[in-house]
Amino acid sequence: MSAILATSPPTHIPLHASPGRRAWRRFRANRLGYASLIVFGFLFAVSLFAEVLSNDRPLVVRYEGHWYFPVVQTLPETTFGGDFPTPTDYLDPFIREQFAKPGNFALYPLNRYHYTTINYFAKSPSPARPDRENVLGTDDRGRDLLARLAYGFRLSVLFAFLVTVASTAFGILYGALQGYFASWTDIGMERFKEIWGAMPVLYMLIIFSSLFSPSFWLLVILLSVFGWLGIAAYVRAEFLKNRTLDYVRAARALGQSNWKIIHRHILPNSLTPVVTLVPFEMAGAVGALTSLDFLGLGVPPGTPSLGELLQQGKDNLDAWWISLSTFGVLVVTLLLLILIGDALRDALDPRKVLEAESGEAKPGGTPAAPELIVKATQ
Amino acid sequence: MSLLEVRDLSIHFGSRKVVDNVSFSLDAGEKLALVGESASGKTVTALSTLRLIENARLTGSIRFQEREVLALPEEALCEMRGRDIAVVFQEPMTALNPIYTVGQQIAESLELHTPLRGGHAWSEAIAAMRRVGIDDSERRARSFPHQLSGGQRQRAMIAMALACNPKLLIADEPTTALDVAIRLQILQLLEDLRAQAGMALLLITHDLNLVRRFTERVAVMEKGVMVEQGRTVDVIERPQHAYTRKLVNSRPDRRVGPPGDGTIVEARGVKVTYEIHKPGVNGWFQSAKFTAVQDVDFDLAPGETLGVIGESGSGKTTLALAVLGLVKAQGDIRIEGIRWTEADRAARRRLRREIQVVFQDPLSSLSPRLTIEQIVGEGLEIHEPQLDEAQRRERILAALLDVGLTEAGRAEPLLDRYPHEFSGGQRQRIAIARALIVKPKVVVLDEPTSALDVTIQKQVLELLAELQQKYRLSYILVTHDIDVVRAMAHRVMVMKDSRIVEAGTLEEVVSRPKSDYTRTLIEAGAA
Repeated sequence: MSAILATSPPTHIPLHASPGRRAWRRFRANRLGYASLIVFGFLFAVSLFAEVLSNDRPLVVRYEGHWYFPVVQTLPETTFGGDFPTPTDYLDPFIREQFAKPGNFALYPLNRYHYTTINYFAKSPSPARPDRENVLGTDDRGRDLLARLAYGFRLSVLFAFLVTVASTAFGILYGALQGYFASWTDIGMERFKEIWGAMPVLYMLIIFSSLFSPSFWLLVILLSVFGWLGIAAYVRAEFLKNRTLDYVRAARALGQSNWKIIHRHILPNSLTPVVTLVPFEMAGAVGALTSLDFLGLGVPPGTPSLGELLQQGKDNLDAWWISLSTFGVLVVTLLLLILIGDALRDALDPRKVLEAESGEAKPGGTPAAPELIVKATQ
Repeated sequence: MSLLEVRDLSIHFGSRKVVDNVSFSLDAGEKLALVGESASGKTVTALSTLRLIENARLTGSIRFQEREVLALPEEALCEMRGRDIAVVFQEPMTALNPIYTVGQQIAESLELHTPLRGGHAWSEAIAAMRRVGIDDSERRARSFPHQLSGGQRQRAMIAMALACNPKLLIADEPTTALDVAIRLQILQLLEDLRAQAGMALLLITHDLNLVRRFTERVAVMEKGVMVEQGRTVDVIERPQHAYTRKLVNSRPDRRVGPPGDGTIVEARGVKVTYEIHKPGVNGWFQSAKFTAVQDVDFDLAPGETLGVIGESGSGKTTLALAVLGLVKAQGDIRIEGIRWTEADRAARRRLRREIQVVFQDPLSSLSPRLTIEQIVGEGLEIHEPQLDEAQRRERILAALLDVGLTEAGRAEPLLDRYPHEFSGGQRQRIAIARALIVKPKVVVLDEPTSALDVTIQKQVLELLAELQQKYRLSYILVTHDIDVVRAMAHRVMVMKDSRIVEAGTLEEVVSRPKSDYTRTLIEAGAA
């Protein structure tokens, strides 16, 4: 038995890699999905620096020999030769003139508005159409639309991220316990899940938002508390399947502890449906936040939110730029998430895995009967 | 003039060539066997005569009744499938549609290919079921596939295939999924019906016993190439090609040493019951008990192999799990005098070390996301946590060498590989290494070779016998294969319906079986 390893057939995916890495390679091979991930990652990373890119305060100011950093400092108007000790309004033409004097200068962000900025010096009534001042126009309170969209996008994605992480983590834990211990534990926990799932989420949200003042964190908690049910169902099913497989029995026969069996043996093999679901969960959370805001049940007034912008768009139908640009941001966000999810699902689909590794990745081709492919690849 | 004429057939999946220039022919009423191990291309070759394989590129020529199959339009093919050429698949549970009754499915085939309609088709379906020996066929025709036993399902499949009197029947491993005791019956039935109707038979199998008994000519395939064909007696008596010789000589040799004295495992009155839920409202208040194993006694000496033989559902695997302490059992199971139920944490830990297991399916017995080093080394982490990294690695390498798993003579390159990079036989070696690394005294072998190809089976059994002598291991060998028992066991227990029907030394049980059941099992194995 010396030459025990037959030479592996030539494939574009090297066999000598962990299943996770091979899935990642397959994901990267899907150009649309991979590009979506890059674009989405880029947009999100950029939005994290929104304060530097879209703000009503200059980044750096040199005024009469002194350096100031208004982005992180609050400076009274008197600093720059104004009359009142109130915080400086950097859009004020007087202040701008001061900065334009020789020796002084101010470095403004790309977009000179914060999401809270109301431009008191605007030339046109709000909502104002897109022009040189406000690239995407303003909303009905005169706030810059681009700024609100940027901050709103960031809030939505962060929100979705938090909700997904919290509900996935809890769903995995719940489903894992259910599936691993099975029998009475499973029956009891399953009944609880049914009762919990029967609660009308929307009414609960309405009740809670009237009891407490609605806030970002309250919404994160409420949506997570109801969001884990689906994940738990998948994880439970995977655990029920995997716990009876021989490698788990072999680990038990070795005397391995329950906890180690769960996290070392079963969990890594049960995460495929969870990973596949994550982008779709995020898309769902973005949609949920938007619709709650649209209904006025979401984040407190003044917070930059896509749903609130849609609501404005509905109220100001003639201001087409509001609804159109918000709609555009939503479509792009959801589309990117769904394309990522799609690619992820394909990368983890066992049928496509076999096809790709037998060296015949044919996009769009009908997959052959799995048992025949299995025979062909063995 | 031959009925089926295959010339220079090559089959590609994408860029992979799975069948390479295969030629054979089959006359009307003739019986040809296509033999080979898994992935030899035998199923793909046979099914391509109906162009049943999607995504495959076929080149060459397949002529059926002087018509070129590869050039036929789809409608003509559909007409030919079922009427002229019928197929019986390996696994009748998946080949039958679970949501239609068996009778409906047979009648559907009749309505497609004969002028019979409605009630006539239905009564013809019942008649077809009667012909394949299904008792009470009028009632059975209204049964869904899951309500029939495995043997009945396969009979129903045959009834469906033969309902339209095809000229050629392709039987793809028709008995592999069935219990040994009914395999012979099914094949005999197939042969009787074939002879009556004068059909040609293309039997796809890996089992040379069946080939010897049921076919006139045989074609042997290896890795997509046809290496030898000829009259069955000639090929089996005087194999020309090295691969055929290997197949013919794949029956395992007996290479076991004598057992030692003393007792290491002692079982008395073992009983395992499961609770099953009764259907409907009754199930809320009461549950029924299903007895999987009862009244089992045995002793096992050091260095001895106890063969436990029986068909599926006989309780042999449950017994193995009970001995391993993985299911709750009543009665008395002592390993080195300690009972699972009485053992405290420390004692259980020690027991776990004494008794290890190797499972049937090497695909599911290794976690796909751990490397070989992690899999084999797991036992050491639990039972010898004092070892440092280097010592542990040394033991893992030693274990891999023990089971003969090396690349160019060294085991190091294999450590960080994953199970999917290994073949079935290699994975089984990994599973054996995982069991042996903690130095157990008893190893439970649950069908250790039945998922492997015959030539690999032989190697694995030889390895197991060698390891037994080297480490004085005791084996509890659970299997349905009488050949494996013959090669390995010192003593044999025959199980049926949760009880032991016969027990004794290998000589007693195999040469002078007392019960009819044991006789059937032995006959089926020797077929």
